Amino acid sequence: MNILTGNDLKTGDVTWWTGSDWSRHVEDAVDVGENFEAILQEEEASRRVNVPYAIAAEMTDDGPRPAHIKDRVRALGPTVRPDLTLKPADPEAGNWVI
Amino acid sequence: MYQYDKYDQQMVDTRVAEFRDQVERRLAGELTEDQFKPLRLMNGLYLQLHAYMLRVAIPYGTLNGKQMRMLGHIARKYDRDYGHFTTRQNIQYNWIKLEDAPDILADLASVEMHAIQTSGNCIRNISSDQYAGAAADEIADPRPWAEILRQWSSFHPEFSYLPRKFKIAVIASDEDRAAMRLHDIGIQLVHKDGELGAKFFVGGGMGRTPMIGPEIRDFVPADELISYAEACLRVYNRYGRRDNKYKARIKILVHELGKEEYTRQVEEEFAHMKTLGLNPPVEELARISEYFADPAFEAGASDDLDLSDPDFNLWVDQNTVAHKQAGYSIAIISLKPQGGIPGDASSAQIDLMADLAEQYSFDELRVTHSQNIVLPHVKKSDLYALWQKLDEAGLAPANLDLITDSIACPGLDYCSLANARSIPLAQKISERFADLGRQRELGELKLKISGCINACGHHHAGHIGILGVDRKGTENYQLLLGGSAAEDTSLAKITGPGFSEDGVIDAIETVTDLYLKERQEDERFIDTYRRVGMARFKEAIYG
Repeated sequence: MNILTGNDLKTGDVTWWTGSDWSRHVEDAVDVGENFEAILQEEEASRRVNVPYAIAAEMTDDGPRPAHIKDRVRALGPTVRPDLTLKPADPEAGNWVI
Repeated sequence: MYQYDKYDQQMVDTRVAEFRDQVERRLAGELTEDQFKPLRLMNGLYLQLHAYMLRVAIPYGTLNGKQMRMLGHIARKYDRDYGHFTTRQNIQYNWIKLEDAPDILADLASVEMHAIQTSGNCIRNISSDQYAGAAADEIADPRPWAEILRQWSSFHPEFSYLPRKFKIAVIASDEDRAAMRLHDIGIQLVHKDGELGAKFFVGGGMGRTPMIGPEIRDFVPADELISYAEACLRVYNRYGRRDNKYKARIKILVHELGKEEYTRQVEEEFAHMKTLGLNPPVEELARISEYFADPAFEAGASDDLDLSDPDFNLWVDQNTVAHKQAGYSIAIISLKPQGGIPGDASSAQIDLMADLAEQYSFDELRVTHSQNIVLPHVKKSDLYALWQKLDEAGLAPANLDLITDSIACPGLDYCSLANARSIPLAQKISERFADLGRQRELGELKLKISGCINACGHHHAGHIGILGVDRKGTENYQLLLGGSAAEDTSLAKITGPGFSEDGVIDAIETVTDLYLKERQEDERFIDTYRRVGMARFKEAIYG
């Protein structure tokens, strides 16, 4: 599956395309298939997200999981600062990245 | 310390106002990201994995308590309560909001700081010896020269769009504490026949093609130093490759032209430069130098120290360095606690270091390229009180230059260029070698870790270096041995096939065990490696 990601223009936060909006949580990302260029252009123009792009992912029981470790780090947060990730209460969250 | 004059302040204030307008236009959709990106980078604002990242310049690693406190304020108000001191003597914030960036730059400008020339293909922040002005072995204070170079290079119209970024280091002692020969231009102040001048080394660097800068001139009179640097830059700006960013650094030009031909062209340009009268006026050199006069050291301060507290004794032995002034020491604050993140400091720690600088070090601090902080002028009779306060704040690891005093780039946890994480490795190695007695038994051992080939973690210059790579989507780590960023500059060599994270830590233990077995007398790790050779180490690692 392909999912769209980018950084929020104002905050720089990592965001994921939900089909109608952008979410901080990769679990909310939807498969955009192969025809995503129009979405990218429209969203870039809307100035909500900075330079959105498509990445490969696989669907798991926990939702979409980006194929590349770099995108998984982006999705969770720095593995060396669990308190700064999106799942600060889950000490095992870093395992999802690796 | 240097203080801004009205021109410096006006330049910085004007830049803040300009950037505020650019940010507003970006947020209003009047600028695309393609148009805005080079503008934000000119103000040190990157877009990294999790957010915008702001890199703040700390000229030649020198700052005062007020400036340090401002760095803590920015961490607290605009970021997530910490900052990361870098291998180029700067600080980075990892969680900046675009809309806050102009206010941050304005706050910085209020204490004579900025983020200019911390990105882009220009002359970057000048780096220097972190012990400048305090070291017992320096022949002159390199900071006035670093400051003159800063002023010359700031917004230099001819050198704002170089083929690639450009890094200059200035030192003034035979011991190289600034990785001088691994810079695009390395300048070493020297005396010749009683006159102050400089040796020039050009074409060093790390990155994907590491090279040690060759000496191209053994003496440039001090008052012609800027003109000579300008000549070096002009030849590079004219002939450096702009068609391939991987071959655009000056080291490639010097290598491809050959040192002799490059030097010939520089000398030709220099001869021309001398006719233009571009050397800084003598009065300006004197004016700048006055800012770097010695502080009011107490005459007759005692060298005696009560070392009856064993932990204090260890810290003094490991983390203080001889000062040029009797009764004083240079104290190094290690930002490498056991299991910690190299170079990170909380806002509270940053504030404390500012307080301690004001109280104990004539209001001066330095940032080292090894990601530590220096209090350059501490009276020996104050060392115990200083140490107690540092210890209370977790800032007194007695591990300077030991294996746990590692350099590590932000790696894949933060950096969009990285291929592998480097911080977790540093943390695990720190835990594996936590025993201070064991660390001291190993002695000086420079461990340097990079998360990609760009080498921000200086792995080429590590006695032991680690390079993180991406192997089919999995983090893999190459082990290197034999590098040095000191005056015995050398480039590390890869031992062989890479390892998993745990595997490379085991390999390091194998390497250090072999060193202990093979070393003779007082040999450091690097000495034993050079004597014994790579083959013996490879055999131990790979069998």
